[in-house]
Amino acid sequence: MDPGPPQRDPIPADVRGDLRLLRASNVLGRFLVVILLTYVGLLAVTFFIGRVIPIDPVLAIVGDRAPEHVVARVREELGLNKPLWEQFYIYVSKVLQGDFGTSVLTSNPVMQDIRRAFPATFELATLGIVIGAGIGVPLGVWAAVRRGGVVDQVVRVMGLIGYSIPIFWLGLMALVVFYARLGWVAGPGRIDVVYEYTLVSVTGLLLLDTARAGEWQAFANAMSHLILPASLLGYFSLAYISRMTRSFMLNELAQEYVVAARAKGLSETRIIWRHALRNAMVPLVTVIALSYGGLLEGSVLTETVFAWPGLGLYLTNSLQNADMNAVLGATIVVGSIFIGLNLLADLLYQTLDPRTRAIKRAR
Amino acid sequence: MTDNSARNDAVPRESLHEWLMSDRPRSRRQASFGRAYGAWRTFSRNRLAILGLLIVIGLVLTAVFANVLAPYSPYIGDLRTTRLLPPSAAHWFGTDDQGRDILSRIIFGSRITLFVVILVAILAAPIGLAVGTVAGYAGGLLDAALMRITDIFLAFPRLILALAFVAALGPGIENAVLAIAITSWPPYARIARAETLTIRRTDYIAAVQLIGASPWRIVWRHIMPLCLSSVIVRVTLDMAGIILTAAGLGFLGLGAQPPMPEWGAMIANGRLYVLDHWWVAAAPGAAIFVVSLAFNLLGDGMRDALDPKAAK
Repeated sequence: MDPGPPQRDPIPADVRGDLRLLRASNVLGRFLVVILLTYVGLLAVTFFIGRVIPIDPVLAIVGDRAPEHVVARVREELGLNKPLWEQFYIYVSKVLQGDFGTSVLTSNPVMQDIRRAFPATFELATLGIVIGAGIGVPLGVWAAVRRGGVVDQVVRVMGLIGYSIPIFWLGLMALVVFYARLGWVAGPGRIDVVYEYTLVSVTGLLLLDTARAGEWQAFANAMSHLILPASLLGYFSLAYISRMTRSFMLNELAQEYVVAARAKGLSETRIIWRHALRNAMVPLVTVIALSYGGLLEGSVLTETVFAWPGLGLYLTNSLQNADMNAVLGATIVVGSIFIGLNLLADLLYQTLDPRTRAIKRAR
Repeated sequence: MTDNSARNDAVPRESLHEWLMSDRPRSRRQASFGRAYGAWRTFSRNRLAILGLLIVIGLVLTAVFANVLAPYSPYIGDLRTTRLLPPSAAHWFGTDDQGRDILSRIIFGSRITLFVVILVAILAAPIGLAVGTVAGYAGGLLDAALMRITDIFLAFPRLILALAFVAALGPGIENAVLAIAITSWPPYARIARAETLTIRRTDYIAAVQLIGASPWRIVWRHIMPLCLSSVIVRVTLDMAGIILTAAGLGFLGLGAQPPMPEWGAMIANGRLYVLDHWWVAAAPGAAIFVVSLAFNLLGDGMRDALDPKAAK
């Protein structure tokens, strides 16, 4: 990617600053449009799933033997006689107010249920990504530096297994080994029943809450519940992150500036960790953000295995009871976070990488 | 070859290898055979890829000859004598809570796995190929619109979207296949579009345009065939993901319904007894792992053979 000889900027210096600002706002504007479009797409899909695919919701309420005028009245009450675009408009404006309707299963507003379940998933996925990135990045660097060595092979095998193994199965087997046989960790659930009612929930994150209250016994208990599912999720992101780190690092280590740094007599440690990794970090941030989103998704299956009372378990419980409001609400929330992380990764990439900035300016 | 024999043969006889590896193929057929041969030579050098291929072939054979191979019935067990037996010589993988032989169920389950994988590939790959090539060749507004839709689908979490679709359509293996297909075409569209963008500037496309071929004919006859190999590679690499998603849906009770011997649903069933009777859940999970691994190895090998640029 050779940008060619530098060209003389025809724009006078005093206007240039303004133009740069304009361009920056242009990029931001485009970014917002993309978010908006994607989000409208998400809502359109959930709307389509909820309103169009199933059998007529009116018939589902009144049954197929109801007289004509009852059907018509219910149709009107539900707003189903309006044109589809108007229904969609009403749907979107409700969702934007955080109104997903009422859950049939819990008879709470769906938003309230989600708010209660979310911290559990957040805690799980965050510890998972900390494990995944904390081990995955150094491992990937090591594999790239000692290419073809033992660590490189280990990273390769771990990646292959991570891509091929069903997460829910690995979770079950881990429960059998570490909980039932060895007794190293606590079983399913977030915390033992003993602590459940004495704890004052402030953040909803049990580790933080117990630490704040200074209840270290409860903290240890929560940790021993959390550690197995979190390491499991961590492993799956580790498999991906270490493989990507390796590939980015190989790319960087082949660059000329590494040769230059060596010629200057810099220590190998400094070259690897300060120079090469810093450049590999740019695409890596994107990868980490993406796998964080992937963990939210992976938590659906993991939470089911570990009876973890988070968003994923809420979603699957609602699914099994055909509670469509709850299903669509949870889908929208998870989807929004996923989209947000996706686009955040995109934005980070563009702002972190000086090359993309330079190319933008050159255009 | 002595002088004598060379004189006797008017046409110099070449070995099959040379004919296939020829730099100047004399016919279209020779060229395409030659390409396939070259790809196979690269592929067969990769031992792990061969292992993957063998396992996949084994899967197909198992599915075809399930009736012959399975030692017991996959649906009917003896509740009095064979309930929850640990692995033994009579039942290699043990028996489940209904007294059914787990090995036989896994053997029959290979049919379901194969069915899902093939159907998703047949549904999703052509959609992606069509969207990608049309967008890439048409350019302009159509390209922007199609790619925006693709991006929207790419930005969705796949499993969750599939879950929502299945929730609306109702649980069942066909709906699970449909849901997975709906969520897995976008990467193929991206790849096909990228290929099309490089192909459309080539001389031979310009030549075809000069002859007066219609855009549809150009896309269908001259662009799509060239995009096919990279899409096939990507589909093979995705197979593992498709199998895992289908198993996940089955595990959540949204895919294949009991008593079908679907591997994910079998794990869900085994989960109820997992602490005391681990083998009920262990074997089907191992089957999923082996088959997904095989597809990953096969896909890696195919990528190296067909698409040397992407290999890294």
